[in-house]
Amino acid sequence: MKAFWSRFRQNRGAVIGLVIIAIVIACAIAAPFLFPRSPWSMVQRPFLPPFEMDGLPLGTDALGRDVLSGLFHGARVSLLVGLVSTVVALAIGIPIGALAGYYGGLVDDALMRFTEFFQTIPSFALAIVLLAIFQPTLSYVILAIAIVSWPPVARLVRGEVLSLRNREFVEAATLSGQSNLRIILRQVLPNALPPIIVLASLMVATAILLESSLSFLGLGDPNVMSWGYMIGAARTVLRSAWWLSFIPGVAILLTVLALNLIGEGLNDALNPRLRKRTS
Amino acid sequence: MLGFIAARLVKAVFILLAILVLNFVLIHAAPGDPAAVMAGEAGAADEKFLQDLRERFGLDQPFTVQLWNYMKGAVQLDLGFSYRQQMPVAELIWDRLPATLLLTATAFVISIVIGVAAGVLAAQTQGTWWDTLISSLALLFYATPLFWVALMASLLFSVWLGWLPGFGYQTIGADYTGLARVLDIGKHLILPATTLGLFFTAIYMRMTRASMLEVSRLDFVKTARAKGLRNSVIQRRHVLRNALLPVITLAGLQAGQIVGGAVLTETVFAWPGIGRLMFEAISQRDYNVILGVFFISAAMVLLFNLITDILYGIVDPRIRLAQ
Repeated sequence: MKAFWSRFRQNRGAVIGLVIIAIVIACAIAAPFLFPRSPWSMVQRPFLPPFEMDGLPLGTDALGRDVLSGLFHGARVSLLVGLVSTVVALAIGIPIGALAGYYGGLVDDALMRFTEFFQTIPSFALAIVLLAIFQPTLSYVILAIAIVSWPPVARLVRGEVLSLRNREFVEAATLSGQSNLRIILRQVLPNALPPIIVLASLMVATAILLESSLSFLGLGDPNVMSWGYMIGAARTVLRSAWWLSFIPGVAILLTVLALNLIGEGLNDALNPRLRKRTS
Repeated sequence: MLGFIAARLVKAVFILLAILVLNFVLIHAAPGDPAAVMAGEAGAADEKFLQDLRERFGLDQPFTVQLWNYMKGAVQLDLGFSYRQQMPVAELIWDRLPATLLLTATAFVISIVIGVAAGVLAAQTQGTWWDTLISSLALLFYATPLFWVALMASLLFSVWLGWLPGFGYQTIGADYTGLARVLDIGKHLILPATTLGLFFTAIYMRMTRASMLEVSRLDFVKTARAKGLRNSVIQRRHVLRNALLPVITLAGLQAGQIVGGAVLTETVFAWPGIGRLMFEAISQRDYNVILGVFFISAAMVLLFNLITDILYGIVDPRIRLAQ
């Protein structure tokens, strides 16, 4: 762990990413305390520009809602959707990949055809279809994003399991009479963890981008304030109040960038071999 | 080679059929009776009308029969009827498809050309500020929300600077013909295509750079160098050619996302393609149109995949033989 941290710390980008994410998390936690009123409530006249009034540093939107409050509350939604949908995608992808890689043969064929099918379908279009048909509540948004993001997990896990399956420690476990399930859970998967962690950090970033795109199109949960919704709502007033679209976009950009930087840092720190090869 | 193409074709057809089944299941999984949904779209909902609809669309028949009828229709490109627009869905899509094909193909080409060129440059200037600049840009583009960069580009280049049109497909009421028309469409195409391609440009930059560096370390490059070949020849003939293989694979995989991203770009730039059609259908809950566009875009992805597969087979004979 210590060695991991010292390697991670050497990557300047990753540390910057970590700082940004810490700030976003702090905003998400602080939102209900700093802005106890609903971010949907009207607080001032509409289109108040930033830096003009004390207490409303980022001004108000087309309906007189506090933009800063929206940013803080939006951070909650982005992080929540990013994290939970990634966990759900891992919960779908890891078992499928592990079973395919461990058992091989017909099981592998069937599961991989299934995965390929989901990988071929245009994922964003599928997410749109799912949310257009089912009501876009927060849980369905999370589920839709998970459904379109699990295939890379399954493929990665399958590859890792394939390369670990014939190693001596797995044979030893088989000979000592452990059940297949136990071997997969206790011997194989823990060793496949590093690349999964790296992929997961990048998936959180992609999920946040997806969530914001869906909200932008009006397919987000209509009861929660999100960055994508803020941009979508400000789109029609782009000419007169460009900052209303600009500000939430910067928030998305920084959050996603930070997560990608962290992912790269994790990759370097967890795979020292790979690091030597590509740098 | 023919066998290889045939195998890929068969696979594509199977995936297409599976997507049809998925489509069918989805429309039936939607909350509420499809007849009621259609009646709602048509703006009437008395019991007799519902019954008529059920009979007309075979909704009173067993599930499997319905599935069969649905597939039979779809294979003949009957994608249902849009009650909102009072037109068959297939017709709506055919009208809009050329615009989307033009947009996505242009975005695809722009992202590959710029991405690969920048990636090669970064690899060759590894460690210099060129490399740093390109790598940083790639990181930035990779994290930028597509719809946001589209909005900002239209604000900057269209509203503020007035350099390029940021709305629609051609100048309304201009009635250009011939070359003038082509130029006019081209001008309208620049902003949507570049912003749509931006994310993928970033991916190709990173991929090409990493792949070039990886290949340069291989033995056959050392051999070429030992033979005394000029560096430019080594880079072009030996390194780039091999480094492009993973890029081609990626291009096939990315095609699907470009088609998906078109929904966002077309919405922002009012580009009259199937993406915008889908956006309009979302707000009107026009399920047949949404599912129709979904099906066609999946078909487009399969086609793109097929093309890159075949390309790959041509460029790298090992792939063909492995099948």
